[in-house]
Parts: sequence; C-alpha cells; structure tokens
Amino acid sequence: MAVNRRKFLKIGGASILAFGARPAADALGISPTEWLDEKLGGFTIPETLFHLFRKPAGSVAGEALTAKRWAMVVNVRALDEEIAEACKEACHRVHNVPEIDNPKHEIKWIWQEEYEHVFPGQQHEHVDDALKKLPFLVMCNHCFNPPCCRVCPTKATFKRKKDGIVLMDMHRCIGCRFCMAACPFGARSFNWIIPWPRAGAEEERRFKGKEPPTPDYPTRAKGVVEKCNFCAERLAKGKIPACVEVSQELCNKKGREPALVFGDLEDPDSEVRQLLRSRYSIRRKPELGSNPNVYYIV
Amino acid sequence: MLEKAFVGGRKYWVLIACLLGVIGVGFIMWLWQFRVGLGITGMSRDVSWGFYIGQFTYLVGVAAAGVMVVLPYYVHHYKAFGRITILAEFMAIGAVSMCLLFILVDLGNPVRMINVLLHPTPRSVLFWDMIVLNGYLFLNILVGWNVLSAERKGSPPPGWIKPFIYLSIPWAISIHTVTAYLYAGLPGRGFWLTAIMAPRFLSSAFCAGPAILILLCLIVRKTTKFDPGKEQIRTLGSIVTYALVLNVFFFLCELFTVFYSQIPGHMHHFHYLFFGHEGHVVKLVPLMWLAFACMTAAIILLVIPVTRRNEGILTVACVLTVIGTWIDKGFGLVVGGFVPNPLERITDYWPTVPETLIALGVWATGFLIISLLYKVATSVKVEVGAGQA
Amino acid sequence: MYDGGKIIAGIIIGLLLLTFPIWYGLGRAAPKPDVKLPVKEKECVEPKAYMKNYHMQLLDLWRDSTVRVAKRSFVAFNGKKYEMSLQNTCMSADCHARKTEFCDQCHNYTGVVPYCWDCHIPPKEEPKKKPEEKH
Repeated sequence: MAVNRRKFLKIGGASILAFGARPAADALGISPTEWLDEKLGGFTIPETLFHLFRKPAGSVAGEALTAKRWAMVVNVRALDEEIAEACKEACHRVHNVPEIDNPKHEIKWIWQEEYEHVFPGQQHEHVDDALKKLPFLVMCNHCFNPPCCRVCPTKATFKRKKDGIVLMDMHRCIGCRFCMAACPFGARSFNWIIPWPRAGAEEERRFKGKEPPTPDYPTRAKGVVEKCNFCAERLAKGKIPACVEVSQELCNKKGREPALVFGDLEDPDSEVRQLLRSRYSIRRKPELGSNPNVYYIV
Repeated sequence: MLEKAFVGGRKYWVLIACLLGVIGVGFIMWLWQFRVGLGITGMSRDVSWGFYIGQFTYLVGVAAAGVMVVLPYYVHHYKAFGRITILAEFMAIGAVSMCLLFILVDLGNPVRMINVLLHPTPRSVLFWDMIVLNGYLFLNILVGWNVLSAERKGSPPPGWIKPFIYLSIPWAISIHTVTAYLYAGLPGRGFWLTAIMAPRFLSSAFCAGPAILILLCLIVRKTTKFDPGKEQIRTLGSIVTYALVLNVFFFLCELFTVFYSQIPGHMHHFHYLFFGHEGHVVKLVPLMWLAFACMTAAIILLVIPVTRRNEGILTVACVLTVIGTWIDKGFGLVVGGFVPNPLERITDYWPTVPETLIALGVWATGFLIISLLYKVATSVKVEVGAGQA
Repeated sequence: MYDGGKIIAGIIIGLLLLTFPIWYGLGRAAPKPDVKLPVKEKECVEPKAYMKNYHMQLLDLWRDSTVRVAKRSFVAFNGKKYEMSLQNTCMSADCHARKTEFCDQCHNYTGVVPYCWDCHIPPKEEPKKKPEEKH
C-alpha cells in the first residue's frame, strides 16, 4: 500500500500521542488530568474560557499560611469539656454559624462526641472509663479522597488543589444534599431555614434581636450546605484556625500539651508530622478509603 | 392530535378539575417552602433526604417499566403488545415528569438548577441522572407521539423512528441503574452499599410499573371506548409475577448477607426499619411489615394461575404490589439508609403535612399529564378502530 | 368570524395587559438615583466605566479566585493592592460603606434585587440626620 505524505504525518502524529503521552506524563511527574487541572488553576474549561475575556485572577497575599496538605491532630487526652466547648464556640462565632433551637435543623461545624460514636467500629464493652467520658472533637476530616466532592453535581464542594482543603462554594450550591448523603462522617449541615435576619424590623423581631457575631465574614442563606472549612479565610491572613488558637490558649493556661495541632502533612518537620511520628494515632473509618486528614491521638 | 385532550365528557372534566385543585394546593405549599426553606418538611440534619427523593426513586422505576412493553413488541415481535405500547410510553412520560418535579421541589436552591449544566461534572452520578432522565423523557415523547401519529394516519411509523425505539430499551434500564448508583456508591451508607442495589431497583421497577399499567388499562377499559385487551393484561400480569418474585428474593438475599454475617453496622438499619430502636417503635415499623405482607400476599395471588387470570383478583394483587413496593422503595429505602446516622445516632423521620401536600401536588401533575395523554391516545385508537376487543 | 365578540374583547384585554408597564406609570417618574460616592477614595479597583457595567463580573471573578484558588490579593488598575472581599474591601469604611446610599440607589431604580445580601453582611448604617425640610 502506498503511503502518501499526508497519511504518514497523520499516523505518525497519532503514534507519538499514543506512545509518547505516558513517558511525557511520567517525565512531568503527574498525570495529564492533573497537569491540566494545575494549568487551569482549579477552574473548569468553560470557566477558563470565560476568564479569557475578563481580568485574570489575583495572587496569594504575602502573610498567608500555605501548605501542600493541611491536617489536624486532635490530642484527645489533653481535651476537656471546657476546651471542647470553647473550640465550638470560637468556630461558630467566627463563621456566623447560627444557633438553631430545633435539633433537626441544627448546624454545627465542630462539636463534641463520645468515643463510641466517633469510632463505632472500635468501641467495646470494656473501654476504660476515662476514655468513655473524654470529649472527642469531630469536624469535617478534609479527606484526601473525599466522597462528597466526588458526588457534587456542580463542584460546589471541591478539594482545593493548592492545599487540600475541602471547601464549599456557597454561590454555586444548589442544595441537593447529595454531599450530605455521601459524607461517611456526618460532618455536613444544611440550612433548612433562614439562618439570620435579613432586612426589616419584622425579621429582627422573629430572630429576637440575634445578629451575626462577625460582620467581617458572611453568613449563609437558606438552601445551602455548610461545614468546617479549616478556617481558609483566616489562613489567607496568616492566622491559624479559630479552634486551634482557642485550644492552644486554654491548654497553655492549664499547663497541658496542646489539644489541637494544625500543620502541613507533607512537611516532614511540621508539628503534626512530629506528633504522628512519636505517638499512636487513629482516624475515623479509614477502611472506607476517604483518607481523612484529621488524626486522633487517643 | 393534542386537541383530543380538550374534548371530553363530564367525568373527564371533573377529573381534570380535581387534579388541578390538588396541583394548586401543592403549588401554594411549594411557594411557601420556596420562601421559608425546606425546614417545613420533616427532613433533618441526619435524614437529609426524605419523602421527595423516595418518591423520585419509586417513579424512576415506574418510568423504566415502559421497556417491559416495548421490548417484547419491537424486539420479540409479540404482536399483542402493539395495542398498548402507547399507553406504556405515555405512562413513562408522566412518571419521568414527576421524577423531575420531585427533584425540583427537593432542591434547596432551585433557581440555581442551571449550575448542573453550566458546570458539568461527569464524575457525579447526579449529572448522569439528569442526562438520562431528560433523555428518556425526550425519547418517549418522540417515539410515542410519532408512532401514534402514524397509527392515526393509517401508515406504518416512519423508518427513522426505529433506532430511537431500540435506543429506548437500554436507556430505560440505564435510568434506573443510574438512580440506583446514586445510592450504591456512597461509602458511608452501609444500607445502600451493596451490589444488589441496581438489580433490586430494576426488579421492583418491573413489578411496580406494569402493575400500575395494568390498573391504568383497567381504568381505560372502564372509562373509554378503547379496550387494551384481555391477553395484554394477562401477559402484563405474568411480568409482574416474575418481577415481584425476583424483588422479594433479592430482598431475602440482602437479609441473609446482613444477618448471617452479623456485622452490627449493617444490621442496625434493618433492625431500625423492622423493629424500631431499643423498644422505641417508630411509625415506620408497622409500615415495613405491611409492605412485605402485601408483597407476599400479592405473590401468592399472582403465582397461582387461576387467581392471576381472574381480572378482579389480579386488580387486588396489583394494588397490593403497588402498596408494597411503594412503601419499600419510596419510603423505607431512603429513611433506612440515613438511620442510624454515621455516628450511630438515631433521628426519626416522618413527612410533615406541607411536605405531603407538595408531594401530592407533584403526583397530581403526573396524573394530569397521563390523563391528557391517555385521552389523546384512546381517542386516536377509537378513531382508527384499533380498540374493539 | 365565529365568536367575534369574544375574540375582539380578548385581544383588547391582552393588549392592555401587555402594555401595562407603559400606561400604568404615565405621568409619574421614579426619583433619579442619588448615588453618593466615597469621600476619601477617589479611584475604585477598576475604572468607573468598567465598574458601572461589569461590577458583577468582577465580583464573580473575585469569588472564584478567593474561594476556589485561594488567591485573595488583587492589584487594581492604578497599582494599589486590595484584598478581594465584598464586605471588607468594597463596603469598607473608606469606600462604599453605606449600602442605602450607593448600591441600593441604582438597584432600586432599575428593579434589580441581587441576593448578595442574603449572606454578605452590609455594614451597619447609623441613620443620618434628616436635613431641614423646605416649605
């Protein structure tokens, strides 16, 4: 069969793509989809095309705390009621999480739970009393392989490529609650009702004068899902998460080692890595493969 | 042909008026829900999907059952079903419309619905669900309308419609498989994390759908001059029998796996559904037992040929099938997956009155669509003389 | 024609409904938007004309950059650095601190109801003293 020049080029080009893609990707050290994701800066292709016609995005501020993979270690034996409550109060205050009377509609980003409920696969009849009474702090685990992100139909919840934080884009969430069904840890809350008064005296009367405590940070509206965000907005300003800050203060005062430690899992010298190297740690439901980034030292 | 839907006797208009009334009430309730949020339903932080999604799941099954008539007729040339393919397709249209509406009323932010199209996410099962459901709706409208038009004109259906008809067969299977995959791929929900989810869904679809079709056919025979035919109903009855037996068998398989392995996390959900929690028996418990009593009774009535061939008893069996599958799939399945929650805590769920009214409004919308379409179909059939028994 | 009376009556009613916005407000005009610009800052993050037309697109870009990519620092067209934030930059005390005097003016006039304020908290506004009424 005679091969003309055009055919040769077509076949040659296709072969290079077919056989050369793998070695090229290996040389880059990442897969082609990861490479594309990085180039697009975490946006989708339609979003990137739109951005071609508008101003490009900004940059990271100098004082921001950055990491490749944020993780938290909860040193449970250093926790007590007071510290746990303070963590929850600080988080909910800083993020304007509403306090809702009806327990069915409650919204919580971080809260206390008992051992047998946090680690249902591990608990047994003869757990020591101290452990039984210890307040375990639970929150979103910011999994490395999050099922919630896998199921979100709009990417309203997504894992940020830069630092591994699993975030909510409140502007995009359609409130389908698929992520809530997918989360193996029950970490997500939905806004079943209007959480804060909007405008007008009538609304304020209904809410009995309650107002969002932190005017610098937005609230959420009804119909969206929310959860712990590892204080991404504080990290951007160089501050550690509110719960970590508060627990460190209290633990210092009580002369204990810190109950919550936050750091970069990919940095071998970070506090979290040091702690994990020296103590035995467990994670919630590791057998499910979601690869949680919150560790518990029990 | 649509003009046939606007011509009718007194009973027809009374039906339309009643349906519009229920739709109106449901719509007003939904406006209230749109204003104040989904908190007016019985759903909670722990049971974040409830009646709406349960109904959606059930109705996807009913819609998929259209294939149980299309497959024998177009692929196996079972001539008898040619009389009722249009009824099956129009029922599918009504069912899929209800599915889409149930998803709409369940959304926290329905105005942002377009985001699913603006930010396509192929790794999300819900994305594929949207595609297959809308595709199936389009297919059924296209095929049903064109075939009926051709029949009215007295000519065979146009050649180009054949690929669409053949496409609708695997597509029907796909809509229910994708819906099953919504549940079956979630690592944290042991009740749903089973490979038999999709087969269970399909089997309950293929008994509930044809059962509803039989009931609709009997109503059509009584209220219009079109007779779907004794043989057709008899064959549908056999289909319901096989599918129902499979459905219960699959459930017994689930029971065996869960209770023989004695894994507490998996047993909890079944225990909650059938025995309540630590003596605290919820309203759901008697309902679940009722569901299986209905399905068992239906199987007995259906398996015995004498009772299955008696149309009166067949009617009873179909009603029992619908009740049983509806409770099992439209209610028990969803709630059972959420209770106990991932932290092994119990939160009960029961739909509220506004939630029920909205759901009834959506059901009425589906029935309105089916009534209008059936009026068209039966009028055309009578016009061309295809309906005389 | 058949049912001529009903048809003509229907057409007239239809036309009336269709042209409702035109004849309902005849003779009245809504007050012109009285937009109060910030006193201290004279330049926004983008030129005035661009902001007038595209402030929503800019906010969308800011949102995507902040939330999805963790890049919060923005360099304005005049070289100044800002943090990308509706509440803390746009509505800061030095800039458009009073929503009723800025955002609402044009939005109310054009009948636009953006749902930003369902979540984002507008800065508190102390009621200004009313000027003396002229008789």
